[in-house]
Amino acid sequence: MRAPLLAVQGLTKTYRSGGREVKGLDDVSLSVAAGETIGLVGPSGSGKSTLARVVMRLIEPDAGTIAFGGENLGALNGKALRTVRKRIQMVFQDPSAAFNPRATVADVLADPLRIHGLAPRAERPRRIAQLLESVGLSDNLAVRPVHAISGGQRQRVAIARALATEPELIVLDEAVSALDVTVRGQILDLLVRLQRERGLAYLFVSHDLAVVRAVSHRIAIMDRGRIVEAGPAGTVVADPQSETGRALVAAIPRLHIPRLDREASQNA
Amino acid sequence: MNAPINTLGRLLRSPAGVAGLALLALLALAALSAPFLFPGDPLAIAGAPLTPPFTDPAFPLGTDRLGRNVLAGLFHGAQASLAVGLAAAAVSIIAGALVGTIAGFAGGLVDEALMRVVDAFQTVPGFLLALAFVSVAGASLPVVILAIALGAWTGPARLARAEVLSIRERDYVAAARVIGMHPAEIALREVLPNALPPVLALAAVIVGNAVLIESALSFLGLGDPNIVTWGSMIAEGRNVLRSAPFLSIVPGIGLVVTVLGVYLLAEGLSDALASRKARP
Repeated sequence: MRAPLLAVQGLTKTYRSGGREVKGLDDVSLSVAAGETIGLVGPSGSGKSTLARVVMRLIEPDAGTIAFGGENLGALNGKALRTVRKRIQMVFQDPSAAFNPRATVADVLADPLRIHGLAPRAERPRRIAQLLESVGLSDNLAVRPVHAISGGQRQRVAIARALATEPELIVLDEAVSALDVTVRGQILDLLVRLQRERGLAYLFVSHDLAVVRAVSHRIAIMDRGRIVEAGPAGTVVADPQSETGRALVAAIPRLHIPRLDREASQNA
Repeated sequence: MNAPINTLGRLLRSPAGVAGLALLALLALAALSAPFLFPGDPLAIAGAPLTPPFTDPAFPLGTDRLGRNVLAGLFHGAQASLAVGLAAAAVSIIAGALVGTIAGFAGGLVDEALMRVVDAFQTVPGFLLALAFVSVAGASLPVVILAIALGAWTGPARLARAEVLSIRERDYVAAARVIGMHPAEIALREVLPNALPPVLALAAVIVGNAVLIESALSFLGLGDPNIVTWGSMIAEGRNVLRSAPFLSIVPGIGLVVTVLGVYLLAEGLSDALASRKARP
């Protein structure tokens, strides 16, 4: 078997608040292969966003290793870490909070190009137009302030920013959760298309199993800081083994299967 | 990018902001026109001493004990007061914002060390600090400005640090780290500009205080002796307070108008900035 693109081992993170210890992550191991989508599902506070941020080195774990594409990502610092960041990008949940409130769309997309030396100044407008086009936006949006465009457009800009450095893995932290249903569908379509075109891998974090099921190859279910279940997407949804898994499956809204509907309401 | 324009628009719609701007514009006009309307040294003797106001058309506001033109002093004093106030505010805001940003962004030991220095400065009343500094360093305009800033930079530092602490947890700072931005660039380009508006609203209050401290220093004879200031005019008039109270009252009114204008502007500014916050 080929070495996975991302492999985390034994990640542990404990939060202390008012003398109480809360396990954010409890001995979590997970791997993502190139071109694959791993869905990470769990109820609120299960540690899935913590895991996403630890993988991105935005939060430091107490223990555990993060290996990414042949690099010991967990041990890198300073300039070496900033250089590797080119290969692993992230899209945040709230598109209204993920951008400098003073920036324009072009500012946002120019930053990664400039920082990693991917396009000389003169070439940047053209690259920015390409990036906008690849996420289905018109390039005359470039001059607009980010706060002046719609939430769906903003999330597309966030995806364009993540694509700017041509990464191998994008961590999507509840990336469609704040969007309304029709926009959510469009963004999911966009993500799947980009994966097909570019062979991207996704770590797709969401509390919504139905959404995760739609895009993931494999699914890992988290609860209270642990991965309680993992397997191929179809298997996990059809026959969940863990209690958390069964609760999440039961919570999927089903319009056309009345029998399951009754069952779900009995469980709830 | 049009946020500053919106803020200005809201400022112009608040009565306090408009009144403050009008008063300060009047003062700025007086300060700027002083060298043209009253050329020559305002400290030079111009006529008979102790002319009461509104008696001699050459001296509409009369003359002081030495026969110096009070109106000329008032105009030139506006220049000194505004210059000292603005310069002291600029110095303390720049120093404070930088120290606060570094402390809040770096955290840990750096934060502790810087904030203990801030504490040390805050335990001494600003006026005493200025008094001590001027007594030691000698009275000149730059020293007076520095002396006032010495007591005033801690406010902006604390406020900037608090803002930075809240901003550095926002997603757009995390996003800047994710794209590999250098921490120094994150601090200066992502965090500092967004932490600045509330700190700038503080500027008006600092200008008001600086004008008052400068006057108090001059009143005590610790101002720059070669410059007319309202404080030194009041001190000068104090000796004849009973026979010629106007000598103290006229520059006193100047001070009141300045500080009032500055505070009204601050009020309008903080309203304008608050409504920007309220509307996401």
